[in-house]
Amino acid sequence: MKKHLLSAGDLTRDDAELVLATAAEMRALADRPIKKLPALRGRTVVNMFFEDSTRTRMSFEAAAKRLSADVINFAAKGSSLSKGESLKDTALTLEAMGADAVVVRHWASGAPHNLANAGWSTSSVVNAGDGTHEHPTQALLDAFTMTRHLGDLDGRRIAIVGDVLHSRVARSNALLLQTLGAEVTLVAPPTLFPLGVETWGVQTSYDLDAVLPKADAVMMLRVQRERMNASYFPSVREYSRRYGLDARRMGALQDHTIVMHPGPMIRGMEITADVADSERSVIVEQVTNGVAVRMAVLYLLLGGSEPAVSTSSTNEGDEENNA
Amino acid sequence: MPPTQPALPDEASAPGSSEGRTVLDARDISRALSRISHEILERNKGSQDLVLLGIPSRGVHLAQRVAAKMSEVEGAEVPVGSLDITMYRDDLRMRPARTLSPTEIPAGGIDDKVVVLVDDVLYSGRTIRSALDALNDIGRPRAVQLAVLVDRGHRELPIRADFVGKNLPTSTAEKVAVRLGEYDGEDAVTIR
Amino acid sequence: MSRYLLKKARILGGEATDIYLEDGRIFAIGSDLAVADAIAPEVEVIDATGLIALPGLVDLHTHLREPGREDAETVDTGTQAAALGGFTAVHAMANTDPVADTAGVVEQVWRLGREAGHCDVFPVGAVTVGLKGEQLAELGAMADSAARVRVFSDDGKCVADPVLMRRALEYVKAFDGVVAQHAQEPRLTEDAQMNEGELSGRLGLRGWPAVAEEAIIARDCLLAAHVGSRLHVCHLSTAGSVEIVRWAKSKGWNVTAEACPHHLLLTDELAATYDPIYKVNPPLRTAADVEAVRAGLADGTIDIVATDHAPHPHEDKDCEWQAAAFGMLGLETALSIVQATMVDTGALTWADVAERMSYAPARIGRLEDHGRPLAEGEPANVVLYDPAVTRTVEASEMASLSRNTPYAGMELPGRVVATFLRGRPTVLDGKLA
Repeated sequence: MKKHLLSAGDLTRDDAELVLATAAEMRALADRPIKKLPALRGRTVVNMFFEDSTRTRMSFEAAAKRLSADVINFAAKGSSLSKGESLKDTALTLEAMGADAVVVRHWASGAPHNLANAGWSTSSVVNAGDGTHEHPTQALLDAFTMTRHLGDLDGRRIAIVGDVLHSRVARSNALLLQTLGAEVTLVAPPTLFPLGVETWGVQTSYDLDAVLPKADAVMMLRVQRERMNASYFPSVREYSRRYGLDARRMGALQDHTIVMHPGPMIRGMEITADVADSERSVIVEQVTNGVAVRMAVLYLLLGGSEPAVSTSSTNEGDEENNA
Repeated sequence: MPPTQPALPDEASAPGSSEGRTVLDARDISRALSRISHEILERNKGSQDLVLLGIPSRGVHLAQRVAAKMSEVEGAEVPVGSLDITMYRDDLRMRPARTLSPTEIPAGGIDDKVVVLVDDVLYSGRTIRSALDALNDIGRPRAVQLAVLVDRGHRELPIRADFVGKNLPTSTAEKVAVRLGEYDGEDAVTIR
Repeated sequence: MSRYLLKKARILGGEATDIYLEDGRIFAIGSDLAVADAIAPEVEVIDATGLIALPGLVDLHTHLREPGREDAETVDTGTQAAALGGFTAVHAMANTDPVADTAGVVEQVWRLGREAGHCDVFPVGAVTVGLKGEQLAELGAMADSAARVRVFSDDGKCVADPVLMRRALEYVKAFDGVVAQHAQEPRLTEDAQMNEGELSGRLGLRGWPAVAEEAIIARDCLLAAHVGSRLHVCHLSTAGSVEIVRWAKSKGWNVTAEACPHHLLLTDELAATYDPIYKVNPPLRTAADVEAVRAGLADGTIDIVATDHAPHPHEDKDCEWQAAAFGMLGLETALSIVQATMVDTGALTWADVAERMSYAPARIGRLEDHGRPLAEGEPANVVLYDPAVTRTVEASEMASLSRNTPYAGMELPGRVVATFLRGRPTVLDGKLA
């Protein structure tokens, strides 16, 4: 694996499968009496959040603590309008505190790249969501959740529905799921597709009803409130009618198909309450899996002298003489 | 005496390598495991409350073989699982982050059980130290015992095996390779 | 009085000849010029063997930042950069603080230029008060001031209101002015960060679509034709814009256009680094756009190269892309970029370069003593340029106060050896004189 996890596109198939396999081991920890491992003892993980996200921050914090890392949380107020704390100065401060990894959530697309490449910091940088760009650990936890229900994702059909244009989750998932061999279909009104989406290697559709019967997993994306008055679609009601997942549409799904949502949901908008709470919904499980996947990422980046090498040549089987 | 790490993993022989002198062949291994199985049963007066945990990778297969032999004798399934010690190693930081192996604890858990750890080679004792730590986070066994196929000496910690397939005097420069059918296509212990 | 004899210079890349400058004029041109013994001690002889002589370059689009952002650039440092780039005249854009929307501010800038003395500074007047796009600034007062403003622009902002644009185009006819439009439809480019295309979608950066530029250019061409005014299009950057300007010219309309060096060389792919050094407005476009802009410049559709030299202090570029300022330095590298992209590729001759970087911008700005041919009796505004050397651009070596050059570390051809402003050297041996 690379030193930083900035984009889901940074992961080769071997890397991604290593993360998922490692996450499976981490996931088992949740069923044990002592939910803690010593692997990152003495390591310091900084959660640097320039944008509010209690869920993601808590997930990373739990992951780091379960690996016995020291955790420093830094929350900076500031938006693209009020510049607030400078990313650079914050990075320099945290670097001086001896951070081994920086988990960064930022309103600006590319901020984790700046952190990793501008020479401000020598730590591993983990992108915890940047602007409308990427959210690679979300894609990993989504893929992990899918594999637990669907097995190998090779050839599986995944529908991602909603505001693709502004969704970092959609971007990261499109990259990762393709790496894992799945067939991705993005579904949105034409106004919520980015220009050039046809070059992403995914299918696209404006018609949710045509896509649902073939899907093995359906991921609903949140539609943010600020989009609602920006003419991306005429009204919430029309959006829900055309792109919302309700009980009727759920009936069109195959028996094994799961329903996902990265959260937080707007019930009644992109997903109805009965769907979100149905047997097919793995939304709560996604949260549990999020901790396991983030543990896997932190362990693989920080657990050794350098990030894990995802080829079979380093299998532990080599080491009987060290027993 | 070398420093704290005996034979760095990178210098260890590859698992698939068939170089070196064979010290145990398939039949020797089978006999050794049979003997270990009987000794475990004898020491613990049967398989009551026993749980076998193999240390990945080859220890897991050895544990399964021992458990099978014990089940034959006892006419009852002996619980067997695996215990990954990777994250408890004292040399984690000396190499790139290591791939984890599965930890599978049998359904009954390990609390108040007699856990027999099973590994292929006992050398510095550091793996077993890690295994004891890992076990500690999973539960509280009544007792922990250790079975190994080969004890090659050169202990660096106050750890000894309860059940040994073969004591193999070695120099630290030598490399012991355990090859198992499940993993390597054949059973053999070689030294070079 | 300074007297210079430039030996064996190649005027516009032609045969080697001698050029003698005296009294602020080109006094004589010829082979093996000799000076009378009486004045010989006063004549400085410069060996210009292998060097190309060009008329002093004229930039129609420079941001000197003074008054208001003296941390980014001052008239003094900006004109030093201009001189080092071979410029003898620059037009200073109006988006200063306070905005150059009154006779007072334009005269201040003009005077600062005179005091600095590195090149002539011609202030551009704002079209609307405070660049707000609401009401016309006192264009006539600026035209009548000591600064003699002829170019008006809200550059940095678009005069988006079609009625206001029409009025501005009409009004400046009274003093033969021109409106230089920053063509950017504001609603289509809200929070825009980079060229809208495949890459903006992947990078999650809000797109700046070509149509936002092209729609305004098309509208303004039609407006200019309708009211019979002349229009200048700033920093044209897309293939579509080239087509529209070509069409307007084919109609005989009085439209001129400029392209910036960075739009001749760099593409939007650079945004993938998220390094804001590549953030500029209009944004870097696709390779196809670069090709079209080069072709437009070659065939004369695009009249001039203008730098859009836009200095920014380090902290405004050493940050997240979205938080960073738009703009890049241009004065000290413009001629090299033009050589690399247009001359070395055979698209332009050095005579064409003189047209695009000196004669035409001076004509558009209605300058009398700049953009003149290198001929006897003309003002001695001369650049000596060595096209044969290559240099590695070092941001730290620039005269500009700012360091935001996208070319740092790049190998570029050519180097300005000397610049003469009215017979007086502002640059000698590649250094400020």
